Amino acid sequence: MSEQLLEVECEIPEGSFNPVEPFLRMDRIPHIWCAGCGIGTTVNCFTRALLESKANLDKVAIVSGIGCTGRVAGYARLDSFHTTHGRAIPFATGLKLANPELQVVVYSGDGDLFAIGGNHFIHAARRNMDIKVICVNNLTYAMTGGQTAPTTPSHVISATAPYGVFEPAFNLVQLADACGASYVARWTTFHVKQLARSMEEVLKKKGFGFIEIVSPCPTLYQRRNKMGDGLDTMKYYKQASKIRHGAPTGECSLTKSGEIVVGKFIDRERPDYYELLQAQMHESLGDRYAEPEVGCSEC
Amino acid sequence: MHADPKGVLTGVHFLDGDHACCEGTLAAGARFAAGYPITPSTEVVERFASRIPTVGGIFIQMEDELAASIAIQGAVWGGAKAFTVTSGPGFSLMMEHIGYAAITETPCVFVNVQRGGPSTGLPTLPAQADMMQARWGSHGDYGIIALCPNSPQECFDLTITGFNLAEEFRVPVMMMLDECVGHMTEKVIIPPADQIEVSPRRYTHKPPAEYHPFEPGEDLVPEMVKAGDGYRFHVTGLTHDERGYPSMDVATQDRLVRRLLDKLKPFSNGRAICDTADLEDAEVAVVSYGITSRVAQRAIELARTRGIRAGKFRLISAWPFPEQHIAALAGRVKAFVVPELNLGQMVHEVERAAAGRAKVIPVSHAGGTVHDPEVILKAIVEAAK
Repeated sequence: MSEQLLEVECEIPEGSFNPVEPFLRMDRIPHIWCAGCGIGTTVNCFTRALLESKANLDKVAIVSGIGCTGRVAGYARLDSFHTTHGRAIPFATGLKLANPELQVVVYSGDGDLFAIGGNHFIHAARRNMDIKVICVNNLTYAMTGGQTAPTTPSHVISATAPYGVFEPAFNLVQLADACGASYVARWTTFHVKQLARSMEEVLKKKGFGFIEIVSPCPTLYQRRNKMGDGLDTMKYYKQASKIRHGAPTGECSLTKSGEIVVGKFIDRERPDYYELLQAQMHESLGDRYAEPEVGCSEC
Repeated sequence: MHADPKGVLTGVHFLDGDHACCEGTLAAGARFAAGYPITPSTEVVERFASRIPTVGGIFIQMEDELAASIAIQGAVWGGAKAFTVTSGPGFSLMMEHIGYAAITETPCVFVNVQRGGPSTGLPTLPAQADMMQARWGSHGDYGIIALCPNSPQECFDLTITGFNLAEEFRVPVMMMLDECVGHMTEKVIIPPADQIEVSPRRYTHKPPAEYHPFEPGEDLVPEMVKAGDGYRFHVTGLTHDERGYPSMDVATQDRLVRRLLDKLKPFSNGRAICDTADLEDAEVAVVSYGITSRVAQRAIELARTRGIRAGKFRLISAWPFPEQHIAALAGRVKAFVVPELNLGQMVHEVERAAAGRAKVIPVSHAGGTVHDPEVILKAIVEAAK
C-alpha cells in the first residue's frame, strides 16, 4: 500500500463543526466511549473512508454485535443494526444475500467476533461472503469490565485472570488468512491514515474482507496492567509497530509488550459466495435457474 | 394481495407435513431460508433447497441454529420474507433470536417439528413438549403467535397463515408441528395462486424525515422499512424509543414491552383460530392440538357412541392462548380433558382460563408415540361422572 497521505476534502457541511458529522447521528452524541479509547478514532477513519470512497451511503449498512465496539452501529448515520452477542456476521450474511446491492459492513469487537461469534467468522470467511468485517481489538472484554478475551496476550492481568493470562491467544490475521478471507490487514489506532486507506480499499474489495485494529482500553486493560493512559499507548504503538505488507500472518502474533506487525497481509481474488452460488446453479439448472429477487418492496 | 404464482405448486399432491410446510412457505412468498440439519425437520429445507433456485430466492445452510435464526432476520431487513426450521435442541439454541425478533419486531417464521426431549431426547419420535418454550423460551416479556397443524394440508395452509400473521403483527410466528404430522403423508391440495391471500409487508409511505421506525400505529404495530431505501434507520435489541434509539429509561421500557404484548390482544381475544365440534350440548370438552387432536377425535367419537356428550376444542393457534373461549366454555361443561404429548403444558393454560369453574383433567404422555385413544376415552368417561 502506498504511504501517501489520505487526501480528504475537508469541506465542512453547513451547520456542522466537523466534516464527518453527516456520517454520524449527532443527536446521539456524546458517545459512551471513555477518554483515550480507540473506538472513536476508528469510526473517524471509517467515515473518512466512506467519504473518500464516494459510496452511496443509502446503500451502506452497518451491523454490530455487543460490546463497546458493538455500539458503533448506533452512532453511524447509515442503515444500522445492533444485533445479539456474536451474531453480527450471520445477520449480515442474511442482509447481504437478501439485498446484494448493499455494501454490508460488520463493525464489532474481538470478544464478540472471535469468542462467542468465532464460529460465524470462520464460516463467513470460508464462504467468502461479500461482507467487510472491521474488528476493534482492545484485547479484552471492555463493556463488562475487562475480562480475558480469546485475544488477550499471555501474562496480562484481567478481571477474570487476576494472576495473569496463561492460555494462548488467537492471532486474528492468521485465523482470517487460514479461513480464506480475500483481504486481511492490521493497523493500530496510531495509524489513522493507513487505516482509513485500508478501510477505503476493503470497501472496494469483493469478497470477505477483514481489518483488525489494535486499540487501547485505558480504563481497564492499560490501567490494570500499569501500561499508562491513552497517550502512553499511542507512544507504544508508534514505537512497537513495524509495517510489513505481505508478512506471513503466522509470524504476526501479538504479545503483551512486543512488536506489533501491521500492514496489508492478504489481498487475493476468490469468487465470492454469490458468484459461486450462481455459477453452480447455472451449471446444474441451466435456463431453469431463476435469479434471486428477494429484496422486493412489493412482496 | 394474491400469492406470487412462481412459488405456488398448484395441484393435488401426496406430501408429508414437512414438504407441505415447505410449499406453504413458497406460496406465502418466502424467498429466503436459513437452516441447520436436525431430525425430524430437515425435509422442510431440503425441499426448499431443491425448489428455490427455480423460483428465485436463497437457501443457505448455516453453521448452527444461532446463525440460521439471525440470518433470516438480516434477510427480512433486507426485504425478504424468511424462515428457519428446526426441532427441540435447535429450537433451544434459537431462543436468543426469538427474543431479538420480538423486540425488533422482525416478522419471521420459525418452524419447529417437535420431537421427544429434554436435550437430544428422542430424535426420530414425536412429542409436543416445546409448547411452553415456544411461548416463554427467550428471556424477558414478549408475545408470539404459535400455530399447530394436525395434517399435511394444514401444514401448507397454516404456514401461509403464519407468514401473514407475522407481517400483520410484526412478531415471530412459531409453526409447532410434531414428528408425526411432519412425516405423515396425505393428500394436499394447493390452490391456484389467485386463490391464496398473502399479506404484504407493512412498509411505510412516509418520507425519511417524518418516519420513526418504532412509532406504533393505531393497532400498536409500527410501519417497516428495509435497508437500502434511504431511511438510515437503526434497529437494536436494546430497549429503544420510537426513533429506534437505545434508552435506559424506565418509562420507555414500560411503553415498549407492554406494547409488544398488547399488540397481540386482538388476536388472543377475537381472532384465535380454533376448530370446534359437538360443543353445543357437551358435558366434556376435549382440548387438544397437533397430532393429539386426531387421536382425541377418535376418543370423542367412542365417547359419543357410549352416550357421553363429548365435544372437541382444537387449538390451532395455541399462542396467544384463546382464554376467553375456554373461559366461556368453562361455564357450560363439567370438565375439560386435555391430552398432550408432554407431562402437562397447555393444560395449565386451560386450568387458568377455567378458573375452577370446570374440572380440568390432563392426559399426559412423555412422548415417543401418540396416545392410545382408549386412554383419552377413559379420561372422558371419568370426567363425565
